[in-house]
Amino acid sequence: MNKTIVDCLLNKTYIIKKLHTTGALRQRLISFGILKGVQIKYLSSTNLHATYEIQVGKMSIALRKEEAMKIEVEDYETN
Amino acid sequence: MKQIKIALVGQPNVGKSMLTNAMGDTTLHVGNFSGVTVEKKEIKFKYKDYSINIVDLPGTYMLTNYSMEEKVTSDFLNNEQYDLILNVADSTNLERNLQLTSELLNLDRKMLIALNMTDEAKKEGISIDAQYMSELLGVRITKVSAATKEGISELIQNIVTTYESNKKQNKLVFSESIEEEIRNIEQHLNDNKFQTEYSYRKIAIDLISEDKERYKELLENPIWVTLQPILLEAKNHIKIHHDEEAMIDIFADEFISFNTAILTETVKEKNVDSEKLTTTQKIDNIFIHPILGIPIFLFLMWGLFQLTFEVGSIPMDWIDGFFGWLGDTVGNNIANDDLRSLIVDGLIGGVGAVVLFVPNIIILFVGIALLEGTGYMSRVAYLLDGFFHKFGLHGQSFIPLVTGFGCSIPAYMGARILKNDKDRLLTLFIIGFMSCGARLPVYVLFIGAFFAPQYAGNALFAIYIGGAIIGIILAKVLKMTAFKGESEPFVMEMPKYRMPSAMLIWHTVKIKTFMYLKKAGTFIAAASLLIWFLSNYPKNDTLTFEFEQKITSAQEAQKDDLSNLLNEKLLEQSYLGQVGKLIEPLFEPLGMDWKMAVALQTGLAAKEVVVSTLGVLYSLGGDVDEENSSLKERLYANIPFASAVAFIIIMMMYLPCLAATVVFSREAGGFKYVAYLFVFTTTVAYLFAFVGYHIALLF
Repeated sequence: MNKTIVDCLLNKTYIIKKLHTTGALRQRLISFGILKGVQIKYLSSTNLHATYEIQVGKMSIALRKEEAMKIEVEDYETN
Repeated sequence: MKQIKIALVGQPNVGKSMLTNAMGDTTLHVGNFSGVTVEKKEIKFKYKDYSINIVDLPGTYMLTNYSMEEKVTSDFLNNEQYDLILNVADSTNLERNLQLTSELLNLDRKMLIALNMTDEAKKEGISIDAQYMSELLGVRITKVSAATKEGISELIQNIVTTYESNKKQNKLVFSESIEEEIRNIEQHLNDNKFQTEYSYRKIAIDLISEDKERYKELLENPIWVTLQPILLEAKNHIKIHHDEEAMIDIFADEFISFNTAILTETVKEKNVDSEKLTTTQKIDNIFIHPILGIPIFLFLMWGLFQLTFEVGSIPMDWIDGFFGWLGDTVGNNIANDDLRSLIVDGLIGGVGAVVLFVPNIIILFVGIALLEGTGYMSRVAYLLDGFFHKFGLHGQSFIPLVTGFGCSIPAYMGARILKNDKDRLLTLFIIGFMSCGARLPVYVLFIGAFFAPQYAGNALFAIYIGGAIIGIILAKVLKMTAFKGESEPFVMEMPKYRMPSAMLIWHTVKIKTFMYLKKAGTFIAAASLLIWFLSNYPKNDTLTFEFEQKITSAQEAQKDDLSNLLNEKLLEQSYLGQVGKLIEPLFEPLGMDWKMAVALQTGLAAKEVVVSTLGVLYSLGGDVDEENSSLKERLYANIPFASAVAFIIIMMMYLPCLAATVVFSREAGGFKYVAYLFVFTTTVAYLFAFVGYHIALLF
């Protein structure tokens, strides 16, 4: 089972491992700086987890659950 | 005088519009980019011996074709004529902004950079060595602040200097594995003495990064035969080296490395405690709170609509009064009856009806500009997308839809906040199902005539809520049929909260208001003349003469009745009445006669007109309102209950008024959409009215 944004813990930092998407959505994600090797932080989500807010660099990005599930992450090692 | 044409490019929320406003005495020209409903803002001003023309391109994160706006920007940069690129970047987030900058460098045009929001960066403890950065990138860089006007004159001077000097080779470099392949391709182009307006380096980079335009161009050239194997091998090498499948990832990665290198050299940031919340995060803890978020939003919307329709109604009364006075004054000075009627009822009345909505539009747009300018609007989308997405709509659809309860015109215009074309079209199509304020008098009249007073409130509520529910369900139906296809991904930035400048809000609102007055005004003036003509012609002098004789000889008490009867007869034989008679068979299955059909037709001009038309048709004269008890009695006596139900249902669903339809046509992107909207709303209205009529017959 791959770990994606929906499995993240609040306010913890993760590293993007893989984008499970192609075409327009991949382009869109990349244009926001969401790509392999980048650090992200899960900031909040709405009531029924329909949308997620993540931090990439200094930007806050809102995504739908469907999109969030396509972004595979791994734990950020702090050593 | 030399002309300098500038393409102004930047990511969203970097203060581009504010910067253009800060550049001094500007004349603003607003239109659309050809063929699309994306706003094109142009600014012209003079500086020394130069006439500077800035085209403000829509904000874009990268030069991709994701949204209509992004497509417009990259098309413009690649295909249009301009002298130089002015790239605006947000000094507080250069890491993101330089991503676009590197792509722009790659276009290989004369270019300069404005680092905006310098004042904010200072406050956040970010110091930027612009001089050094400028050397590293190979382009001129000016630190500016649109808010404090710092550095603006220096920026303008730099525009001129860049224009007058030769283009410098930019210093964008890639990792060695890519540079090696670039050299190979450059060499091959050089060996073949390839003729081109671009540098060989640019062509090589474009080919490796899979730029479609460049491929198209080279595919037609004989060199392609020998170039193709080299290119293929180059791409394979790079992919193996980078362990990635897609070029777009590789290049994004390359740009990030390049930018990081530049930023480490030139930007010093005070170490901020990452645990400490920023102002934006503090505000968001309340505004997008899982439980409080939506109630707070609803309260803000409620406040905005109260302002729009309560405060807006004050100047509306003045405007109404003014046009009434104007009509009377002008009318008194025109001797000819026909000419007077044409000018007073047709022209002044029609234009007055358009101007009447201006206060509403101004207030609502100030509100929307504030919500958008502060950055709150994207939070709204974030909060509501979960619900609206279930019906194929977008989180931001909420705002135009609720606006629709007040008036469809600002609602259609407000749909522009939806950046995705399909989302916007879908929203535009269902706005009409939110009953606008102008339909209220008609509902009040019919409810008063057919329902006992204690049920009136419930009936009205049912009409409004019913319309909204049907609208949202129809959105789902449209999404599954006409607007079928994968639903657009929802990935958007939630920008930092900022206070937009009053100047900028004023500009935005002014532009929207003038656009409304100009486009809707000219067309509506013409259309109201047409409707005036249809309801007044052909004249029937014998009938008029006959009745006037009767009226003169009749007793005082009957005079009014007779003149009302005359009006009814005149309307019946007018072109409008004739059309009503012609389409009567269509309305028969709904239990309606030609009078009701005509009333509905006049509602196409403006919904309020339906009441006065019914007044004329049921022989009370046009001077009635929804509180008129004798009109209620006549309706009750003459119209069966089931037919009244069908009539109300049609009122709820058919085409909005003429003014709104014109605005719809502009916002949707052409007249063909009006045809679609007509077919869609008419079919839906007819079907529901038919069902409603037959259910009502059972009672």
